[in-house]
Amino acid sequence: MTDNAKPPILVAKGVSKHFGGLVAVNSVDFDVPQGKIVSLIGPNGAGKTTFFNIIAGLYEPTHGSVSFTGVEMIARGRRSWAEPLAWVVPPLIIALIGLIVATAASSTALAAVTILVSLILLISAFLLAIARPPFYLRLLTRLGIFRSARPNDMVVAGLGRTFQNIRLFKTMTARDNVMVGMHSRMRSTPVDAVLRSRRHYREEKDADAKARRWLAFVGLAGKENEVARNLAYGDQRRLEIARALASEPKLLLLDEPTAGMNPSETAEMTTLFGRIRTELGLTILLIEHDMRVVMGVSDRVTVLDHGEKIAEGTSQEVRANPRVIEAYLGKAARA
Amino acid sequence: MSRPRPSLGRWRLPVGAVIALVVAFLIILFGTLIGPEGTIQMTLGRGVQLAETQYINALTVGALYALVALGYTMVYGIIELINFAHGDVWMVGSFASWWVITSLGVSGPITDPVWLVIVLILAFSISMVATGVLGVIIERFAYRPLRNAPRLAPLITAIGVSYILENLIENLISDSIVTIPRPIPNTELNLGLFSIGSVNLFVIIMAVALMAALHLFINRTRLGRAMRSTAADRDAAQLMGVNINQTIAVTFFIGSALAGAAGVVQGLYLGYSQFQIGFYGGLRAFTAAVLGGIGNTTGAAIGGFVIGFLEVTCNVFGYGKWSEAFVFATLVLVLVFRPTGILGQQQGDRA
Repeated sequence: MTDNAKPPILVAKGVSKHFGGLVAVNSVDFDVPQGKIVSLIGPNGAGKTTFFNIIAGLYEPTHGSVSFTGVEMIARGRRSWAEPLAWVVPPLIIALIGLIVATAASSTALAAVTILVSLILLISAFLLAIARPPFYLRLLTRLGIFRSARPNDMVVAGLGRTFQNIRLFKTMTARDNVMVGMHSRMRSTPVDAVLRSRRHYREEKDADAKARRWLAFVGLAGKENEVARNLAYGDQRRLEIARALASEPKLLLLDEPTAGMNPSETAEMTTLFGRIRTELGLTILLIEHDMRVVMGVSDRVTVLDHGEKIAEGTSQEVRANPRVIEAYLGKAARA
Repeated sequence: MSRPRPSLGRWRLPVGAVIALVVAFLIILFGTLIGPEGTIQMTLGRGVQLAETQYINALTVGALYALVALGYTMVYGIIELINFAHGDVWMVGSFASWWVITSLGVSGPITDPVWLVIVLILAFSISMVATGVLGVIIERFAYRPLRNAPRLAPLITAIGVSYILENLIENLISDSIVTIPRPIPNTELNLGLFSIGSVNLFVIIMAVALMAALHLFINRTRLGRAMRSTAADRDAAQLMGVNINQTIAVTFFIGSALAGAAGVVQGLYLGYSQFQIGFYGGLRAFTAAVLGGIGNTTGAAIGGFVIGFLEVTCNVFGYGKWSEAFVFATLVLVLVFRPTGILGQQQGDRA
């Protein structure tokens, strides 16, 4: 798979995850080339979902790192203890200097002003640390503080996903579900909402139109105002995909998207994956149990077993690989 | 995080609201027909008029409880925590408004309308921002570290925070009742059908406006959607790009700011505050939230008004000292027949 000149969109290097004594994922090297459909398969308990959750930013890996679009996003934190210091120390220093000057000049007014100023500084720094706006994060990087990306940071960077067991916001409408997907691409702040600014209105209107388009793309036109839990099972799966697409991802992670579907629904789903790649130009990483789906659409298949990568290659190569057959069917099948 | 609920579907909200309104109306009618001495007044007499002003007071007290109840219900909706410190945030808000009003040199009713408006804007904005920030600080240091702990741990922490706030005010500010000067001149405004005190009118309009704004915020904005999705499924929301820490912080900010507004209202209407009002008043507001259906913002508002009416009804009958027993007996009755409260715990509207 070295025929494409573009750098891979996702690179995992030596990723391990230990849960207590259990090694769920053991130093897996893995990359996803741009514009391809790559599949990750393996028997139950092979560590597929754990690996998926590491990439999505839900778990911090024990060792190794994951880069996304060329930027290191996920690894053990470095100097993360320094972050609270970054917002506690400056106001404290100001308070100290101010109080020393105030005592020297014996002015209670100056002391009061100093305390007030440093308190306001402390509170604003504290609120900044919660809101984490981009300039704050850049400042942290400049200070050499690295924190593993949170799932929402990964979505901002361009990672969309669906779930093995459907996890829609059940009581919200299809349209609102999709609009939550757009959350990270929208800019309006509570201040805009309160002032009812033009930006707020335009953005809400655009988002509504986009939501309709995404729903139409996955074949749910006309069901915008249905509450998610009232949709048919197959439609719920489609809605999950629309919600993930709404975040404008570069890489789409699909966790067993055809689980529980009948063969004709599965075929429709597979067509949809093809359209996502050709019409939207997205890269897809697929976790599947259903071998037919994997073999039909994947450009490359990676096989995990007991947390380790045991094979990688085209569907044909993997299907013929004795270690894969052994992992799936046991030693007897190989003999 | 979701649990099965009776399936009235999309009609649950309107049906519940109609039931609540009918109940409230019956209570009013009952109260209007029965005079303060417990005798039935079939003619329009003094008793009716007295009941009428009493019920305007009920609306005012109800608005106060509703504002506080919204904070309980929002926090419960989003992190399933009963924030026992919320009543004390309200108390801190009333002390903040006391500080603002007295430092502006106000000592009684203000006749100059411009100055009155400035004083009110300052009192509301400073108290609301102060309590909002206080709420965010409490969440960050007392609840966030325990977010994945067993539920009892943050509950106990909440009680601890409640006592810390009470002790801080008791020992640093005042351990007795402080009198808050009332800047709004109390004149009776005749609105044709009935007359209403200017303070009552202001409080009711203020509370209803804040509730309407909250409703629009939750249902029509980006952050409101983020709050609803976080309430529905926190992990999924995070994996869809919602910054849940920020969203929860915003929820605490809004809930606590509403409590701050209720604190100012406490000063405007009742004219006093004390370090313990958060405990007693908070308990009632919490009851209002449960009565309306905890986790449901519309329910909290309705619950607040219902409790206001119940309390005042007791007063009208001359059983004011029994109001707690009456309120809680009603709560038990409602919960026996509708365990999820009047409107039920409606996840779509949760946040």
